Amino acid sequence: MRRNQVAVVGAAETTELGVIPNVSQIQLHADAALNAIADAGLKLSDIDGFATAVETPQQIAHYLGITPTWVDGTSVGGCSFMLHVRHAAAAIEAGLCKTVLITHAESGKSNIGRTPRMIGPDSLNGQFELPYGVSTPASMFPIPVLRYMKTHGITHEQIAMVAVVQREWAAKNPRATMKTPITVEDVLNSRMIAYPFRILQCCLVTDGGGALILTSADRARDFPRKPVYILGTGESVETPMVSQMQTFDSSRAFRTAGPLAFREAGIAHGDVDHLMVYDAFAHLPLYGLGDLGFMPHEEVGKFIADGNTRPGGKLPLNTNGGGLSYMHSGMYGMYALQESVRQMRGIAPAQVQGAKISVCHGVGGMFAASGTIIFTNER
Amino acid sequence: MAEPARAKPKPTPETQHFWDGTQAGELRLQRCDACANVYFPPRPFCPACGGRKVCVFKASGRAKLYSYVIHHRPVPGFTPPYAIAVVELDEGPRMMSNIVDCPQTPEALELDMKLEVAFEKLDDKITLPLFRPAKG
Repeated sequence: MRRNQVAVVGAAETTELGVIPNVSQIQLHADAALNAIADAGLKLSDIDGFATAVETPQQIAHYLGITPTWVDGTSVGGCSFMLHVRHAAAAIEAGLCKTVLITHAESGKSNIGRTPRMIGPDSLNGQFELPYGVSTPASMFPIPVLRYMKTHGITHEQIAMVAVVQREWAAKNPRATMKTPITVEDVLNSRMIAYPFRILQCCLVTDGGGALILTSADRARDFPRKPVYILGTGESVETPMVSQMQTFDSSRAFRTAGPLAFREAGIAHGDVDHLMVYDAFAHLPLYGLGDLGFMPHEEVGKFIADGNTRPGGKLPLNTNGGGLSYMHSGMYGMYALQESVRQMRGIAPAQVQGAKISVCHGVGGMFAASGTIIFTNER
Repeated sequence: MAEPARAKPKPTPETQHFWDGTQAGELRLQRCDACANVYFPPRPFCPACGGRKVCVFKASGRAKLYSYVIHHRPVPGFTPPYAIAVVELDEGPRMMSNIVDCPQTPEALELDMKLEVAFEKLDDKITLPLFRPAKG
């Protein structure tokens, strides 16, 4: 895909984030969509392309009252929205549509009007994983961690620092769910969920949503907000069964999608001013730094423990507080994209001064899928 | 009322040989005739080369502990804390399982420890392959 041909011209989250017991999941989609449309200065009838995940595109498009001529229902977990951005950029460039709306919402905490997710006993997961007592993502996603630590020499304290640093970012963000500072000792003494991970290394469970609007870069100049251009993109999938990953010391989906986006963007790692790595659990930023090629995996633990990703550090990471401290409704990728867009617009609560390039990397399932979007505010 | 039981697998035509094997006390894997790739989970073609000529064979049942979590939350059929492990079979493929005859602690569950298969009968149709520390 060519660089900087498509831009984000509308971006917004739901009016509220956190615990929203009085709004159903489908209405959270609509709330985010209407906020993004207002942000872009558009009308619903201007939307001719639509993408969403978990819910079908027809469900949300009809609820919103729009008639798209291009749809994408890619639903590969929490990074689905990174894939939607990539697909939408290609569709706009190909002339299939002009103005794409991407929505995410989940009543993850309050469970109002939520689509059930079932795993059949005759599926491969149902036959070869469920019988061994896996249940929530917390029982599955950390399974690779001990092998990762042994292979790369990562310590429990270093992984705990991921949560500590992200809480520092969250403290700067009025919309963050958790703002009280924490220490490594707090993390390592918090309630055990699935050894080696404790509750402060697991994502929040909240309600909310977000929406993006994309159009061609040539049209983007006529919109009220500063355009945020798509510089590079990548995507991949690996396996829905965490036990069947190629190895546990790296994610194949990450190291396929991430470097693809860097090559497309034509940038070096030193050019990156701001980084988002979807942190459903505390090990994901470590995998992200290594698999996206910022440094060898052996160095990622020390890099974070030394404070390089905290406020004032040389590589600001997960500056909204992340899934660990900002919010996590179930498919967090949309919120990572929203923070990258805010940083590129220059309006983030914890703004990285002068940031020009933001890398936004998402995971779907338990390392099952991955999507990477590289944004810039310069064309 | 019976105790809540663990989730039970339901075989498909492509996986039936695996579940027939565990019932007969065998851990069965598949090997590609063309490229000799050994793979899991079951399917009637080789995921490395796409070849449809594959055979089923009895694996050694020997493995080592690749990684795990010790889950502390309640799940039907389990008494927390219990380990959910991924084992690496001597033949190469990895599979999820549980580790039995072993304390469910980080001290007792050492990565790369040698394991051997132990079959646990759930009912007349399904026997699960679990693993225990290898003897000797």
